[in-house]
Amino acid sequence: MTRTRTMLAAFAVGLLTSTAALAGDVRIMWYSDGIEGEVLKDLIDRFMKDNPDIKVTIDNVSYSVVREQLPVQLEAGDGPDIARVTNLKALSKHWLDLRPLVADAAYWDKNFGDQADWMRPDGTDQISGFMTQITLTGGFANKTLFEQAGVALPGKDATWDDWAKAAKQVAESQQIPFPMALDRSGHRITAPDIAFGANYIGADGKPAPLDEGSKAFISKFIGWIEDGTMSKDVWVSAAGSTYRAGADDFINGQVAFYYSGSWQVPNFSTKIGSNFDWVATGSPCGPANCTGMPGGAGLVAIKYTKNPKDVAKVMDYLASEPVVKEFSERTLFLPAHKGVIEKGLDFKTDDAQAKTALGIFVTATTSLADLARKLPGWPWSDTIYGALVTRVSQAAAGEMTLDEAYSRIDADIAAKVKDSAL
Amino acid sequence: MSRAIEFVFRRRGGKGWHWTDIVTWVWLIVGLFVMFGPAVWLTASSFKSPAALAEFPPTILPYVTQKVTVEGYDKPLDLYTATLEDGSTATLAEVRRIGTVSQMVYPEKPAEIVKVNIAKRTPVRQMSFATENYTEPFTHFDFVRYLWNSVFVTVTATLITLVVNSMAAFALSKYEFRGRTFAMLLILATLMVPLSVIMVPLYSIVSALGLFNNLWGVILPTVATPTGVFILRQYMLTIPDELLDAARMDKASEWQIYWRIILPLTAPALAVLAIFSVVWRWNDFLWPLIVLSRKELYTLQVGLSIYSGELNVQWHFILAMTVVTMIPVVLVFLFLQRFITTGIAGTGLK
Amino acid sequence: MAEISRQTSQNRTGQSLGEIAMVPVRLAMGVIDAPLRWVQKKFGLGGMAVFFLLPNMLIFGIFVLLPFFINFAYSMTGGTALFLSDRTFVGADQYSRLFDCSNYANPNTCAEDTFWTAVGNTGWFVILQVTLMIAVSLITALILNRDLMARSFWRAVFFFPVLLSPVVVGLIWKWILQRQGLLNFGLFGFGFDPHVWLNDRNWAFAATVGVSIWAHMGFYTLIILAGLQAIPKDLYEAAEMDGTRAMRVFSRITLPLLMPNLLVVIVLVLIRAVQIFDEVYVLTGGGPGTSTLFVTQYIYETGFAAQLRNPGLAAAASILMGLVLVVLTLVQLGLSRSRDKKGARK
Repeated sequence: MTRTRTMLAAFAVGLLTSTAALAGDVRIMWYSDGIEGEVLKDLIDRFMKDNPDIKVTIDNVSYSVVREQLPVQLEAGDGPDIARVTNLKALSKHWLDLRPLVADAAYWDKNFGDQADWMRPDGTDQISGFMTQITLTGGFANKTLFEQAGVALPGKDATWDDWAKAAKQVAESQQIPFPMALDRSGHRITAPDIAFGANYIGADGKPAPLDEGSKAFISKFIGWIEDGTMSKDVWVSAAGSTYRAGADDFINGQVAFYYSGSWQVPNFSTKIGSNFDWVATGSPCGPANCTGMPGGAGLVAIKYTKNPKDVAKVMDYLASEPVVKEFSERTLFLPAHKGVIEKGLDFKTDDAQAKTALGIFVTATTSLADLARKLPGWPWSDTIYGALVTRVSQAAAGEMTLDEAYSRIDADIAAKVKDSAL
Repeated sequence: MSRAIEFVFRRRGGKGWHWTDIVTWVWLIVGLFVMFGPAVWLTASSFKSPAALAEFPPTILPYVTQKVTVEGYDKPLDLYTATLEDGSTATLAEVRRIGTVSQMVYPEKPAEIVKVNIAKRTPVRQMSFATENYTEPFTHFDFVRYLWNSVFVTVTATLITLVVNSMAAFALSKYEFRGRTFAMLLILATLMVPLSVIMVPLYSIVSALGLFNNLWGVILPTVATPTGVFILRQYMLTIPDELLDAARMDKASEWQIYWRIILPLTAPALAVLAIFSVVWRWNDFLWPLIVLSRKELYTLQVGLSIYSGELNVQWHFILAMTVVTMIPVVLVFLFLQRFITTGIAGTGLK
Repeated sequence: MAEISRQTSQNRTGQSLGEIAMVPVRLAMGVIDAPLRWVQKKFGLGGMAVFFLLPNMLIFGIFVLLPFFINFAYSMTGGTALFLSDRTFVGADQYSRLFDCSNYANPNTCAEDTFWTAVGNTGWFVILQVTLMIAVSLITALILNRDLMARSFWRAVFFFPVLLSPVVVGLIWKWILQRQGLLNFGLFGFGFDPHVWLNDRNWAFAATVGVSIWAHMGFYTLIILAGLQAIPKDLYEAAEMDGTRAMRVFSRITLPLLMPNLLVVIVLVLIRAVQIFDEVYVLTGGGPGTSTLFVTQYIYETGFAAQLRNPGLAAAASILMGLVLVVLTLVQLGLSRSRDKKGARK
C-alpha cells in the first residue's frame, strides 16, 4: 500500500511538472458575455501563426471565477499570465508593469492613457494593460410602447422625474407591469447618484459618509419601488452584492424604460429582433448633471508570469490598432483606443437600431461628470457599490427603513476600511 | 385491457376501494409529475433559442416564427396571420415595421404592400429544435477533454475512497485499540463540516502543496469521506468476529483477512458507497471551480459554468450543457436503480 | 419472505461486481502481503490497526482536520490577507463583532445583522425542513410499502432527484419558478397573472424548503422503507383480524417499531438542513432581500466571494456553526446509544 502511495505521489509530481509553465507559454483567463471569446480565439490563432514560438492558451471561465477566485489565486501567487478583469484598481498590485517590455510605450500612453490610471497602483506610471471595452451606463426606451401609448419620448435633457412620469403613463395605457427598471448593481445606481450631486470620495481619499446627493436619489428610488414606478423584482432577486440584470423584462416588452448600459446593445439586437423598436436614450439628468458611469473590462498582465517578454508580445498584438478595431467591430463593444475612436468604427451588424444605439453611447462618453471618470480608478469604488446594493435592496424588500439602510451602508463601508488597514 | 387495469389498480385485500387506495394513487401520480416534470421541462427548454427562452407565456415545445422567401427580398421574411381592415384574416409576410404599423405583403404577390397595425397580427409559428445549443459548445470547446477529466476524477476518487475508507472502517470495527472512540468521534464530527465553510484554509493548503490547477487537488480533499467510513464500519460490525478468528487460526495475515474476508463480505456496502461516490464526484462543482482554472483541466461541471458572464448569462448553452451532464447520472439511474434502492436499504444505514 | 430473497440476490450482485473490481487489485494485494506480515510480526495487531487507519487519517488530517484548525486560527486574526502568516492577531475581536448587538431579540440591532438574519433563517429552515421531510418521506414510504404494481418503478421515481447535483437542482427549479417558468405558464392557462415566486419573501422561503425536500426525500424514504419492511407482517395480520382501524395500526404498531430509523432520518436531515447552501444559492441567491440567506452562504460570501474578503469573520462564524453541529452530533450519539441499550434489533 505504501508503494502505491509512493507511486501516487510520483504520479502527482509528474502531473505537476507537466502543467508547469514552459518557455513561450502564455495563458489568458477570459470570461465572455457574448461572442467575444470566439473573436479573441480567432485573433489569437492568427497571432500564433505569425509567432510559432509562443503558445497562447485561452482559459474561458465564468465571470464569478474572475471576481471571486482570481483574487485568491493572485494572493497565493498563482494565476494566469494575462486576465480579463473588472476590479482593476483593487487588484492593481498584482499587475505586471509592461512599460519596459512593450515595443512602443508612447503608443500605449497615447491611445490607452485615459484609462491607464484605472488599473495601476496609485502614484506610478505603470502600464498594466488596456481596456478590452469601455462600457457606459445609459437608458433604453421601448419606442413602440411609447408610440402605442401616444406618449412622446422625453428629450435629450429630460430628467429622471420626466422619464418616470412618461414611463408611468406608458405603463398605465399599455397595461405593462413595470414602467422602469434598473439593474441590481452598485455601479448602475451610482450614475443617478452622481447626477443628484453625490460625492463618494472623502477629503482623505477614503470613502466619505453617504451624502445628501446619494440620499436624494436613493430615497427617490425606494419611493419609486414602493409606488410601482420602478421594478422591484430585479432588486430583491438576490441577497448580498450579487449582480442581477433587468434585461429580460425589457426584452419581453414588460418595461418602458430600462437603465442599464452599452453592453446590452448586442444582447438586445439578437433577442428583441424585430419584436419592437427600441432606442438608447443616454442618461437622464439629475439636479447636478446628466452623467452616465463609465466602466468596462480590462486585459491586464500579471506579475507572477514566468514569461514576461512573451506576455508583452501578446499584449502588444492585442492592443494594436487593427486588432482593437476588428475586435470592437465584431463584438459591438465600445473601444478604449483613441486612434480607433477618432477614425470611427463600422460595427458589424445589420441591425440599424443597434448601430444608432452604439452611436449614442459613443457620443455620451464625452459628457461625463468628473467624479464618474474618477470612480473606476478609485480603490474603494467596489466597496461602496457592494454596500449600496446590499442595503438598498434590503430597503426595497421592506426589510429596513431608509434611515437604517443609510446608517448600515456607512457602517459596512467603515468596517471594510478598518479591516483592510489591519 | 380491463383486466390489466384491474391488475394495476389492485386494491388492498381486494375488498373494494379503501380511502387509502385513493390516497396512494393520487400521491403516486402527483409524485410522478413532480419528480420527473421539472427535469423534462429543463430538457425541453434546452432546445429553445435565446429569444424563445425569454418569452412569456412560454411554450412547452420550442417554436420559432416561420419564415418565407419572397421574391424581391434578399432575406427570408417572417410570416404572420393578420386581421385585415375588412375583418378577414390572411397569411402575410412582414417587410418592415415602422412604429406600430407593419408593412406586409402577400408572399405570392410581393409587389403590393398592405399596412397592418401590429396589434392585429400574430406570428405563424413552427416547431424548431435549437440543436445549436448543443453543437456549438461541442465545436468551440474541448468537450472530450472535459469528459475525460470528469471520468478520471470520478473513477480515481472513487477507487481511492473505497480503498482508504474500507481500510479505516476495518480498523475501526474489528480492532480494539487506544483512541478508537476518539478517531470515530473525530470522523463523525467532521461529517458535519460542509466544504464551503473551510474553503479558504483548504485552498491555502492545496496551494501550498502545489496541487492548484491539478486534478489531484480536486481528488484528494474529497476521498477521505466520513460518510463512507461510517457506512462501511456499520456494515462490518455485522460480520461475526468468529470468521476472523478462524482465519487467524489458519495463519492468515491481517492483510489477507482484510481483503479476502472483510472486503468480499462488505461488497454490498462497498457497491453502494461506490455508486454514491461516483455520483458525488461527478456532480462536484464548487471545489473544482476553485482549483481548476486551466481549460485542459476543466471537468464537465466547470466547463458548463463558463457561459455565465459578468453582464449576461447565456442560458441556452447552460441549459443544454446541464442536460448533457445529467445524461450519465440518468444512465446510472436507469441501469442500477434497483440495485441502488435495495442496496441503501440493505446497508448499515438502517 | 420477499425480504430474504431480495437480500440474497443483492448480495450476489454485489459480490460479482466486487469480483470484477478486485481482479487487477488481486496481484498487487499479494505482493503487498509479504512486507505487511513483517509489520504484523514486529508491531502486533495494534500496529496493523494503525496501518489500516493511516491512509484515511492522513488524507483526512491534511484536507479536513487541518483546515478546521487553520480556520480556528483564522478566527483569531483580522485583515484581508489569505495566508495565516500575513494576518494580524486580534484575539476574540471577530467573535465579539458577531455578538455585538444592542438588543439580542432583534437581529437588526447587531453589528453583523446579516449573520443573525442568516441564523434566524437557518433556524426556521431547519424546523420546517425536518418536520416536512419526515412527513413527506414517511407518507411516501408507507405508500411504497403497500402491495403495489411495479413497486421498484415507483421507488425509483421518488429516488431520482437524489442523484442530481445541487447546482442542477437549483437550476431546474429556478427555471420553473421564474417569470417565464412552467408554473406561471400553468397558472396563466387558468387566467392568473404571472407571479415572480422567488421574489416574494414567503414563497421564496417555501421554495427553498420544498426544493430541498424534492431533492433529498428519496434517500430518506428508502431508509424509512427499510425499517417498514423489517416490521414482521404477522403483527399486521393479527391487527387486521382484530379489525383494528388503519390509523390505530399505524400509531400502535408501525410508528413505535419505526422509531430507530426515524431517529437516523431526523438527525441526518437536521445536519443537512443546517448546512444548506448550494441549491439555494443557485435558486434564490439568498433573496429577496435577505429572506433566504442561510449561514453557510453568509460564511462563503464573507470569507471568499466578497470583494473585500474577511476570512477571520467568516471563520469565527463557521466555528460557531461547527459548535452547533457538534452538539447535534452528541445528541445523535446519545440517542443511538440509548436505542442500543434498549436492545434494538441490531
